[in-house]
Amino acid sequence: MKARLAVLAPAWAWLLLFVAAPAGILAAIAFAEADPGIPPFRLALSGIGFATLAEDTYYLEAFGTALRVAGITAGLCLLLGYPMAMAIARARPGRRVLLLALLMLPFWTGFLLRVGAWIGLLRDQGWINGVLLALGMTEAPLHLLYTEGAMLAGMVHAYLPFAVLPLFAALVRLDPTLVEAAEDLGARPAVAFLTVTLPVTAPAAAAAFLLVFIPAAGEFVIPELMGPPEAQLVGRVLWQEFFQNRDWPVAAALAVVLLVLLLAPIRLFQRLEARP
Amino acid sequence: MSLLRADGVTKRFGATLALDALDLEIAEGEFFALLGGSGSGKSTLLRIIAGFEAPDAGRLLLDGRDIAAVPPWARPFNMMFQSYALFPHMSVADNVAYGLRRAGVNRAEAARRVAATLAMVGLEGFGARRPHQLSGGQRQRVALARSLVMRPRLLLLDEPLGALDAALRERTGFELRALQRETGAAFVMVTHDQEEALALADRVALLDGGRVAQVGAPRAIYERPASRFAARFLGAANVLEGRALAGTFESAEAGVTFAGTIPEGTVAVALRPERIAVTAGAEGPNTALGVVEDVAFRGDDSLLLVRLTGGALLRVAHAEEDGAPPPRGAAIGLAWEAGDVVALPA
Amino acid sequence: MRRGRALRILLAVGLGFLWAPILLLVGYAFSADRIPFQWGGFSLRWFAALAANDRLVEAAILSVRIAAGAATLAVLLGGAAGWALARFGPFRGRALFGALIGAPLVLPEVVTGLSLLLLFVALEGATGWPAGRGATTVLLAHATLGAAFVAVVVQARLAGSDRSLEEAAMDLGATPFVAFRTVTLPLMAPALAAGWLLAFTLSLDDVVIASFVSGPSGTTLPIALFSMLRLGLTPEVNALGAVIVLGVGGMLGLAALLLRPRAG
Repeated sequence: MKARLAVLAPAWAWLLLFVAAPAGILAAIAFAEADPGIPPFRLALSGIGFATLAEDTYYLEAFGTALRVAGITAGLCLLLGYPMAMAIARARPGRRVLLLALLMLPFWTGFLLRVGAWIGLLRDQGWINGVLLALGMTEAPLHLLYTEGAMLAGMVHAYLPFAVLPLFAALVRLDPTLVEAAEDLGARPAVAFLTVTLPVTAPAAAAAFLLVFIPAAGEFVIPELMGPPEAQLVGRVLWQEFFQNRDWPVAAALAVVLLVLLLAPIRLFQRLEARP
Repeated sequence: MSLLRADGVTKRFGATLALDALDLEIAEGEFFALLGGSGSGKSTLLRIIAGFEAPDAGRLLLDGRDIAAVPPWARPFNMMFQSYALFPHMSVADNVAYGLRRAGVNRAEAARRVAATLAMVGLEGFGARRPHQLSGGQRQRVALARSLVMRPRLLLLDEPLGALDAALRERTGFELRALQRETGAAFVMVTHDQEEALALADRVALLDGGRVAQVGAPRAIYERPASRFAARFLGAANVLEGRALAGTFESAEAGVTFAGTIPEGTVAVALRPERIAVTAGAEGPNTALGVVEDVAFRGDDSLLLVRLTGGALLRVAHAEEDGAPPPRGAAIGLAWEAGDVVALPA
Repeated sequence: MRRGRALRILLAVGLGFLWAPILLLVGYAFSADRIPFQWGGFSLRWFAALAANDRLVEAAILSVRIAAGAATLAVLLGGAAGWALARFGPFRGRALFGALIGAPLVLPEVVTGLSLLLLFVALEGATGWPAGRGATTVLLAHATLGAAFVAVVVQARLAGSDRSLEEAAMDLGATPFVAFRTVTLPLMAPALAAGWLLAFTLSLDDVVIASFVSGPSGTTLPIALFSMLRLGLTPEVNALGAVIVLGVGGMLGLAALLLRPRAG
């Protein structure tokens, strides 16, 4: 029992200091008043930060845009990720390891470098425009970077592996005799897929969707480096409020509201993960 | 003389009572089986003996000394786990040597004892292998060797044959008994399989709801079950409800009168399928009339399901040497000896 | 089997989508042209330029040092937490403990970064420590993030192994400490190694949290890279990409070796 305490006590101390306390301080500052001093707030129960969010449709739109972009990103990842996961799950076990490595390796090459690579592909003097001009398919460079399409390509590129992994795990665990039983009972392959494979793996698909949706909703870097100026996602707005406007209460209030909005998806994700 | 005694041992897990003031005695050098269904408390009792669970009440006495405060690593017992719990990161020899290393046995002596124990379980030359390179039966032997090398006075076996296939089970059972005789240790085995318990053990304790329902030699508890639970659990006897009436037993559900030594307070009788003979008709006590509902061929006999006039269904074993069994739908008579009627007081 | 071929084509498309930008980035690192992603003949000049860029080199060294420290702390903390969650049974506050250790996994980076910065500011106001923000605060933040991942990996590893292994060790005479040293720790070791690498990589890759909790003395490689990319792409970034992709390839080979499935 003493040994357990010696293990748990430092862990508890760390978690209370670096996880629980910051959440409390964040909430406190979200309710504080802005102040021109250093640090730029005065503790109070004013709620002025939340009032600002409610009054200005700019903030409301920031949440709307973030949830919409995160939803589209997660949907695209699911659409592309499901067949990929299925193809990997059906490969021979030896080949599977290789395919999974090919899937995960880009994740390990550095997030910003991948964004940099996309910038190099998409910008006006970029590789794609170079190829199109050389082939005579366009006369003037296309404006590809700093568009919503570029932003979505970057987001899907960043999050796709995370969507494939849970789908692969569910598909590789799927009892093949279930599909055989369906086909034995007269279901054609497409029907067997729709009536057996898809429903059985639906929880994993939901988990894959949320695994992309939750971080994408707070995404800052890709919209900032690849998105159009008008794509003011909540992560970007929070960053600007904090670093440029130095309005800590509004930034904290944005973080608190984002957390509250994500609470239900996070709970749902944890429920799905805890399933046997 | 008694090696280990459980005295009113009680254990709760939340709201469920796993062991209910259980009393038990295990003698030096005997092969003892704890038999019961799931939730009977048999595994909890084993874990309490090993020291992984502490009883909420009651005492556990080794040679008359209470060992409640002795931690598992200091108890002179060893356990063979149901999952075998072989250390996956060690070779077979290192697994078997593990306990000797903890006891501070020197390397040469440990190596000698490991080799001897592996030979005893028929695994010479397997020392360098890893557990995952072994078959199920071989893993079972390594687990056995790892416990036996400690020369425990008491070896605890949790469903020792549970993970083996049928063919291996019988052979391993005989080997377990041979090892028990050879080592002279007391073996305490937990099992849910009544055939296994009856075949291997010197004594069997039948557990039900955290208490000992009956304890005794296999033949004694098989022939003389002490309760309806014991009669049903051991060998699927026919159990017929009714009431005792002046030395006989009237069962309305069977429409039969049983005669024999029926004491007052008998609530049911047990009658084994193989003790019932098929006759042409029925007259008087210890006979019945019925219709054959189904016949199942079992090799050396056939099992008949006979619907009695009272409505109860009786299982009757019809031996092959008595000729062809009556066909389905046949109206038959049944008869048995008064001495085969077992009166059940509870 | 036409369905199988359609699936394989989609897999190839998906993998191509993931790999094409990276391969082009690495390939054009060897181009002499001043404009990235334009071929100007084979050259190593941008690798030389990268090596001469003191700002980037210093940032890279700082990043590796922070990542190594954070990963080590994360393994100690996350290893203890994962072990406790997998093996300690229902201890007091277990649900809260699990929620706290796992929180960085599910919180958006901007929220984690902002809240940790606010903590450091409040702590400095109250106690004087940490004096300003820089490498130390980034390391603490990354250790917290990494511990969440290590705890998950360790817990999964232990949950996948038989709980009665430790009981068997104790039954054979090992005290709880010896059972931990001879059985639990060797079982956890591959997960600890993998967790260290994961925490190391996460720290090297993080720009958002580091940007919040860092100060003038804590310019990590991602922070430097981010400010470069804001202004546009330079061939030095290509060269850096090539160095990292090839370096990570080697590290992953090592990780694959460590994580090879051994026990059945």
